Amino acid sequence: MGVGGFTFLYGKGASYLTNDPAACANCHIMRSYYDAWLVSSHRAVAVCNDCHTPSGVWAKSTTKASNGFRHSVAFTTGRFVEPLQITASNRKITESACRTCHQDIVQAIDPPHRLTGTLACVRCHNSTGHLY
Amino acid sequence: MKAGRNPSASGSGERGRGRLAVIAVTAVVAALIAAGAVALVVNIMERKQEAKNPFYRVVELTDQTEDPAVWGKNFPLQYDGYRRTVDQVRTRFGGSEALPRTPTKADPRSFAAQSRLEEDPRLKAMWAGYAFARDFREDRGHAYMLVDQTYTERQVAAKQPGTCLHCHASVYVPYNKLGEGDLIKGFETMNRMSFAEARQLVTHPVACIDCHSPDTMQLRVTRPGFIEGIRTLKASQGVKDYDVNTMATRQEMRAFVCGQCHVEYYFKGPEKRLVYPWAKGLKVEEILAYYDEVKFRDWVHADTGAEVLKAQHPEFEMWNQGIHARSGVACADCHMPYMREGALKISDHHVRSPLLNINRACQTCHKWPEAELRARVETIQGRTFRLRNLAMDALVALITDIKSARATGVADADLAAARDFQRRAQFFLDFVEAENSTGFHAPQEAARILGESINFARQGQIALRDRRVPRR
Repeated sequence: MGVGGFTFLYGKGASYLTNDPAACANCHIMRSYYDAWLVSSHRAVAVCNDCHTPSGVWAKSTTKASNGFRHSVAFTTGRFVEPLQITASNRKITESACRTCHQDIVQAIDPPHRLTGTLACVRCHNSTGHLY
Repeated sequence: MKAGRNPSASGSGERGRGRLAVIAVTAVVAALIAAGAVALVVNIMERKQEAKNPFYRVVELTDQTEDPAVWGKNFPLQYDGYRRTVDQVRTRFGGSEALPRTPTKADPRSFAAQSRLEEDPRLKAMWAGYAFARDFREDRGHAYMLVDQTYTERQVAAKQPGTCLHCHASVYVPYNKLGEGDLIKGFETMNRMSFAEARQLVTHPVACIDCHSPDTMQLRVTRPGFIEGIRTLKASQGVKDYDVNTMATRQEMRAFVCGQCHVEYYFKGPEKRLVYPWAKGLKVEEILAYYDEVKFRDWVHADTGAEVLKAQHPEFEMWNQGIHARSGVACADCHMPYMREGALKISDHHVRSPLLNINRACQTCHKWPEAELRARVETIQGRTFRLRNLAMDALVALITDIKSARATGVADADLAAARDFQRRAQFFLDFVEAENSTGFHAPQEAARILGESINFARQGQIALRDRRVPRR
């Protein structure tokens, strides 16, 4: 209990329950993304969780939990591919985050296509959150 | 009961009147605030409504609605952009100016673009004996495609078939009418007509219905030439029975609808069927190899007797060789970039040079100053143009040599090698010359093609001089 408690405090475990972007940058590998976000167009209107987790308590918690677990394993073992690439499901979360705010203005160009689904916003708007 | 204080405090005594006043003022202020809040909510609702209805169904659009003005009733923003293609603006290597001219009975146009033949007489030498040597002008917008084709002197120089209208008019509805519902049958019927006869059956330049499905507005391919051409191309890549309208992705469609017309082509056989020469691939040497195999030539050169080819606007083929195609950037991304019109994001239907719209066409992905982007493009185009001029000089030198050799009575057998080199050099050069980006769609490919053209031309001269065939 003691050791576990200390580990929790040392690893800033409680910070992951918040929306504070600095929490994501606890791991130094996130430094460049955090820095890029600080100078991005959305720095004043969206934090990491706004684009990378869905809204809704249940969905957000489960997403945080599964991503957090995966990140912990990867970062602990060091086994991951660089440059970092977003998973398909997380990419979907981000793409729908764009639409949560911007649906009204893009609906004329965003009808679903029978083969390729919806447009990928970040293909062109890649510096909105963090360029690279 | 004690005198004086009345707990209900309404109307009696000074304190009661004071309280009444406070209540009245509070009520009025509250009413004003409430009214203001409701006004704001209504205003917000109106703005949201504006965005929620991208179009009102003013008219029903069907597969027979040919007139773009009717489509414009449902889509006024896109229609406005589409109409702007009448603007004639010059870029350094492209576009044109509206030069005034005196209308005649044969040609009622009061404005036309400048003659390219007058700008560069070497083109006349290149195309000697072909209609292009008679009349060839700088390009102008989509709005003019039908009128310019109707009145070009190339209609006088040669008897053109109805096939020409496949690209220069809105033929989707006419083909369907002609073929009684069968698009291909209508296409084949119009091909066999003369241009004059077929011209009676079409009314508009490229229109909404040529690219958009009237029920869902999704992009679709309507041109038989492209449907068959892309099927042939995919077959050569191992994909059988490719049906573009069900198998193309959305991003591919944003290039394919332009590729319906911005391609190299030829008229096959006495039935003048429009065929895109893609059976061996899209590269210039693959197209030439196909033409060699089917033993096709557009005409016999008047000065040299060589069997030569004319290349026509191969933008789709050239773009495919470049880095933008490789990166998934389609024609519409640069030539019809998204724009914000009020509360809506739509595609800009004013199709034109991206150099006239650098902010929207380029800066979404290339975040550098406009001046720098323009300079980069013009550098690429300048280099291509210089190589093109070298290739022109080389070709004209070869043509002159063959012409004089012929005049001094050199036998055909001895001229064969040089003539073959002329066919090669001329097609490669024309491929880049007729392509409307001056190399930008695929800079290194354009430079390579022109380099090879120069080499062919000089090899032809060597063959003539030495009466031997050097290695190609």
